[in-house]
Amino acid sequence: MAVNNTETMTINMGPQHPSTHGVLQLILELDGEIVVKATPHIGFLHRGIEKLSEHRTYHQTIPLTDRLDYLAPMSNNLGYVLAVEKLLGMTDEIPERVQRIRVIMAELTRLKSHLVWLACHALDIGAMTVFLYCFRERENITDIYEKVSGARMTSNYFRVGGLSADLPDGLEQEIRTFAESMPAHIEEYEGLLTGNRIWQKRTIGVGKISAEAAIDIGITGPALRASGVDWDLRRDNPYSGYEDYDFEVPVREGCDTFDRYKVRLDEMRQASRIILQALDKLKPGPILADCPKIVLPNKQDVVNNIESLIHHFKIVTEGFKPEPGEIYQSVEAPKGELGFYLISDGSSHPFRMKIRPPSFVNLQGLPQMVEGRLLADVIAVIGTLDIVLGEIDR
Amino acid sequence: MSDQKIVEKLKAKFSSEVLDVVVYRGETTVTVKKEQIVDICTFMRDKLGYNLLCDLCGVDYMGKEPRFMVVYNLYNITTKQRIRIKAPVTEEDASIDTVSTVWGTANWHERECWDLMGITFNNHPDLRRILMPADWEGHPLRKDYPLQGPDREPYQGRLS
Amino acid sequence: MGVEQSKTLGSGFITTSLDKLVNWSRASSMWPLTFGLACCAIEMMATGAARFDLDRMGIIFRASPRQADVIIIAGTVTKKMVPVIKTVYEQMPEPKYVIAMGACASSGGIFDTYSTVQGVDEFLPVDVYIPGCPPRPEGLLYGLMKLQDKIRAERNTFGAAIGVGDVIHNEA
Repeated sequence: MAVNNTETMTINMGPQHPSTHGVLQLILELDGEIVVKATPHIGFLHRGIEKLSEHRTYHQTIPLTDRLDYLAPMSNNLGYVLAVEKLLGMTDEIPERVQRIRVIMAELTRLKSHLVWLACHALDIGAMTVFLYCFRERENITDIYEKVSGARMTSNYFRVGGLSADLPDGLEQEIRTFAESMPAHIEEYEGLLTGNRIWQKRTIGVGKISAEAAIDIGITGPALRASGVDWDLRRDNPYSGYEDYDFEVPVREGCDTFDRYKVRLDEMRQASRIILQALDKLKPGPILADCPKIVLPNKQDVVNNIESLIHHFKIVTEGFKPEPGEIYQSVEAPKGELGFYLISDGSSHPFRMKIRPPSFVNLQGLPQMVEGRLLADVIAVIGTLDIVLGEIDR
Repeated sequence: MSDQKIVEKLKAKFSSEVLDVVVYRGETTVTVKKEQIVDICTFMRDKLGYNLLCDLCGVDYMGKEPRFMVVYNLYNITTKQRIRIKAPVTEEDASIDTVSTVWGTANWHERECWDLMGITFNNHPDLRRILMPADWEGHPLRKDYPLQGPDREPYQGRLS
Repeated sequence: MGVEQSKTLGSGFITTSLDKLVNWSRASSMWPLTFGLACCAIEMMATGAARFDLDRMGIIFRASPRQADVIIIAGTVTKKMVPVIKTVYEQMPEPKYVIAMGACASSGGIFDTYSTVQGVDEFLPVDVYIPGCPPRPEGLLYGLMKLQDKIRAERNTFGAAIGVGDVIHNEA
């Protein structure tokens, strides 16, 4: 007679594990191959960015935001500078060219982030080729990054009130060529994955989460849209001139890993569309707002004009001082709602900067999505949540 | 429904609880007493439609009384509106009731708030450290906690 | 590298010293551990991908520390992470090498805070430091080549492998 042994087994996954996308640790309680309980442990990359920002001026905090979600640095820059601009009450004074370039870079960043997501997700599930293809296109975006900001990843390109520099000559055409080629590349990835039976078996019906449960647990971004909630901050609470562009928000009802994959691929197509529209609308103009007490004057004026020299000196040594108040500004980052809650006490440092990282909240949904399912599905679910430990732990 | 009407509804229901209403840069902040925070949040979710808790955090106003403030940033996915609720917490009794029963997402946010700010959340299902190691002492985001940690002589050569 | 075709033994033989043979094989097949910590890990992945292609140098990433020769500390090391890195390092078989990739692993970088270790050399013997935040893939490649130089310059590697004496480290 068979003895029913009901003892479960606990295994540890991570922080050193090739599929945890960084330093995530999962304690999994298994009944055979079935996950009974999953407990994520985070904090292995807690660098104290929020505390550090209280000791930096508003401008000095921008490079810290690069290193939050290091797959999408410009989205973080954008969220932060928009928050500071709102705190200063200068949102309406941002020149049009700045807004267009910000949108172009933010959408390129979305492509960049989704390419790494697709590469790693496919690699985890066993499709090596997609990894190489995605990194090929990602290199093109890092080249563009390098040309505008000088760095491949940690761009630090946006400034409060504008940009650090204008686009170099000829880059508009390069971005256009890239954005035009992107839909064909996405077809290529789809050709490798969508109809692939292994891919379908590993993703369809895996990691289901209903719309109600997803909202309760706070999931945002593509993961929420794949559960049938039609909500995108770019369209619903537009910032940086997103209301000028014609784009669709892909929504699917499947609530599973496959639909999250499809939603992200559709988002990549829409991102290329937005880039092309923004390039069409891009006109020459100033790249810094006309607020001399906040924005650094250009170098020519500093040399020739005593007033500009004084402003330059004051901004560099002290920084600007927003009046006391508090604001919350969020952007649709590639992973979901990225929010910055800033409090000013009238000094040149943020009194408190709370970051609302999308990955932190999305990861909270992981236990619900894997419990009761096979161990191998944990890998697929970590991939589909598209987490980045840099912003989870901050 | 405008933010003003929402605040009026909240005031009508919890007249003795609302301490202050501030509108700054188009954002409405309502300060409430901490005792009935769960009821207020349930009311916000069920009657006013704020179904998403975007963010929950603690703020340390060291030197002021009460010292801490727990901040809830709410979002209504249907009407795309935001509102902010704040509840003051004193240093002597640094605790507030958990809202993880109202929004599941509050679970980790409250753990983080306890970990970094040292505010206890009553009736929380799993209140333990989340970002710092389990044996860590102190709450790093408090204003009296040194940036480079208590066991290091701070570097004097620059601003921080 | 001191490999000679033998005149007395005929065309089918080459002669070299055992140390050089050991060094050559170690330097030509450095297998790093896939151990990403933060931003630098993405550049490490990019180095392994199509454009930079680490495989052509005999560098193949291994997922298990038991099969790895090199650990690339790619990112910020926090105090919470220290015991984990120590465990992983101890699991690696000798000889093993450590590369500190990027400003954070080398010195703590911009994160001079309560939770961050100010350089991985506080608890691991680092062979090569690579500057940058993050270093470019070319920088990582150069660092790996510097490590190869260092391995090639070691003496008594064969002796140490069979238990006679210790490895003598020379300046590359």
